[in-house]
Amino acid sequence: MTRSTLDRPTSSPSLAARLGGFWASGRERLSHGWVDYVFYASFILLILIAASTSSVFFTNQNIGNLFRQIVTNGLISLGQLVVIVTGGIDLSVGAIVALAGIMVSGFQAYMPLPVAILIVLVVGAFCGAINGFLISRFKLQPFIVTLATVEAIRGFVYVYHETAITPSNPMFGLIFGTEVLGPLTSSVLIMLVAYPIFWLFLNRTTSGRAIFAIGGNDEAVRLAGINVRGHIVLAYLISGVCAALAGVLLAARLGISQPSMGAGFELDAIAACVIGGAALGAGGGGSVVGTFGGVLILGLINNLLNLFNVQSYYQQIIKGLIILFAVLARRRER
Amino acid sequence: MGANEFLEMRQINKSYESTHALREVDFSASAGEVHALAGENGAGKSTLVKILSGAVQRDSGEILLDGSPVDVGSPLRAHRLGIRAVYQEFSLVRHLTITENILMGQMPTRGPRWWIDWRRANARAEEVLEEIGFTGLDVRKRVSQLSVSHQQMVEIAKAVTHKPRILILDEPSAVLSEEELLRLFALLQKLKAGGALVLYISHRLDEVFEVADRITVLKDGQLVGTVRPQETDQGRLIKMMVGRTLSEIYPRRNGKRGETVLEVRGLARTGDFEDISFALARGEILGCFGLIGSGRTQVARCIFGAESSTAGEVRLGGRALRTRSPRDALREGIALLTEDRKRDGLVLTCSIRDNVSLASLGQISRLLILDRRRQGQRVSKLVADLDIRPPLIDRLVHQLSGGNQQKVVLAKWLMTQAKVLLLDEPTRGVDVATKVEVYQIISQLAEQGIGILLISSELPEILGMSDRVLVMRDGHIAGEFPRAEASEQSVLAAAAGVNP
Repeated sequence: MTRSTLDRPTSSPSLAARLGGFWASGRERLSHGWVDYVFYASFILLILIAASTSSVFFTNQNIGNLFRQIVTNGLISLGQLVVIVTGGIDLSVGAIVALAGIMVSGFQAYMPLPVAILIVLVVGAFCGAINGFLISRFKLQPFIVTLATVEAIRGFVYVYHETAITPSNPMFGLIFGTEVLGPLTSSVLIMLVAYPIFWLFLNRTTSGRAIFAIGGNDEAVRLAGINVRGHIVLAYLISGVCAALAGVLLAARLGISQPSMGAGFELDAIAACVIGGAALGAGGGGSVVGTFGGVLILGLINNLLNLFNVQSYYQQIIKGLIILFAVLARRRER
Repeated sequence: MGANEFLEMRQINKSYESTHALREVDFSASAGEVHALAGENGAGKSTLVKILSGAVQRDSGEILLDGSPVDVGSPLRAHRLGIRAVYQEFSLVRHLTITENILMGQMPTRGPRWWIDWRRANARAEEVLEEIGFTGLDVRKRVSQLSVSHQQMVEIAKAVTHKPRILILDEPSAVLSEEELLRLFALLQKLKAGGALVLYISHRLDEVFEVADRITVLKDGQLVGTVRPQETDQGRLIKMMVGRTLSEIYPRRNGKRGETVLEVRGLARTGDFEDISFALARGEILGCFGLIGSGRTQVARCIFGAESSTAGEVRLGGRALRTRSPRDALREGIALLTEDRKRDGLVLTCSIRDNVSLASLGQISRLLILDRRRQGQRVSKLVADLDIRPPLIDRLVHQLSGGNQQKVVLAKWLMTQAKVLLLDEPTRGVDVATKVEVYQIISQLAEQGIGILLISSELPEILGMSDRVLVMRDGHIAGEFPRAEASEQSVLAAAAGVNP
């Protein structure tokens, strides 16, 4: 449109200045990627350790196990990521997993399996939408709102069924448990396909970009003519659907659904997002690729420690240390 | 400068990463003066005073007070030396009262050392506010309930309670009304008379000329020179700051006006403003001047649908609008550039690309899927047109300088291809050179037939840019002047409600 009539000195920078700029941008790129490199390196290191010390690690069966185990956290983390990117948090996902698991196990006795699954996903969406509605409409803190819905949903699970339910339809476990690609089951493929879809959603759609921007400055987004409330509802709704889908697949894998299932799952999902670079409460940061890395690292550690027969209590300690390290490293990055 | 200067900063160097913020700066100032620091954004003014106040550590050089070297390694050490600073960013605790903020760390106690004597504390705080000529404020109020300009006065009061030997004010006037500014100037005279040194940073040159005894100009991290205001004028000072004369700050336009595009009739919002009526033509720049609190910002926000009005109507192209949200307004072709880019203009954690296209996502997508190529092309075009530096559209906005950030906000609204642009303080906190660029952009937009409402608290800007000037006072339109009749006196008189 216009260019200043003043010939600004910066329009012809000296060679030194240009070089300075070059180095600066180079260093910036390096420092930006620093944490990621550490994680890639530790990731590869983990695999090398596993491969060299355990003869079982690279067997088809173990790889299949590893992926089956991360399906649940993999799906929940994706939904959690969408919420965290808006500057929020969703504590209710563990409870939604339980609700979905127990409902899909119970419903299939009375109706065709696809209908049962569909209803459960809609219930998950509904739970998420309520979270989003309360948070955006009344400007409540996401932490508190989802803490409250955890209680409500958990209560509802026990109202529906106090004891464990075994899915009655034998197809349920088969459909999702069959190995379709090497050692990978269809559940694993569903999870793996969800990642590129979410990447496209967050990076290549108007809603995705709006969700990203809301986390940085929701008022600026509102003034840009974007429906902020609607997008916050959408984010929690997505999280609810992901959790419900995770619950369905978990119920299929376990072959029995306890009303207490899913406890603490929200923390694993938050951990995966944080390891992947997301910042809680601040928006910005956070990526689908990083989250996948976080899910894999958490899954690998569980898998390895299991192979070495380490007690699960130690696993928890190590997981805690990794999360702390991730947060500390990102702090230096900022 | 003689050896008897009160403050001397010698050979100060400071680098951030690869940029020299300060290079071999020799700065001195004497007790009992108001010493202004002038320069473009990024010239090093803020860095220099932050080194003096202990907020930033120098790489090399020394600082002398009364001829002897001192160590200002931290804000606490600086405080002990009697150096106090008021920065652009506030350091108030918002959920505490005015009293607690002013007397933080020195609340009067009674009996046991931890028992606060609230009566004495409040009285002391009131006393402090009175001393600086700022009365009529309930010191028991929480800071979060105060307007920005009142917060600024509290911030200054907090610094003054400690009877500083050196008081640093970084852009104090940006949020103050004219009247409060006069009080501040009176306070500075008092401090000066008491033998204190005031270092004063401001973008507004008229203010600098009014208040300063000496002016030191910095450019690109180096000291250009120190002058007395009576020995120079604004033109020459700008030349020192920018390195060349600004032949023309405000671009000339042929001022051809088209048919009316925006018409506001009897617009009102209870408590903010009432009975606002005016018309804006295609290709016209309508200036809107008013002191802080006059309601000018609220009027713009109502037209844009960011706040709801309680009466009146807005017509666009002869048609009455029902805008209930910014979304509606944008669809009709009305855009609002807000006064505070960090608060509600930018998403600092996102890229230039995301920020510029934020208000036009619908235009560059099909079935909700973004067309990244088209997005990249249109954003790049605007970045080039507005000369945003660096021209890397995936750079995060918080890495840009203030002037470039402002251009990003402007680019965002230009991308919407609005017919009416409401610009609220479009040059706040940007350097002189960027201001000139913004002025040129605005006048070119007017030439293209866009109707522009220019809201500003800088009178020269209003007078230099506008075809017509509206003056607001206490939520009313207090005057309307064609360009020929708008003068500094007439407009100020209308804004303050006095006869010239």
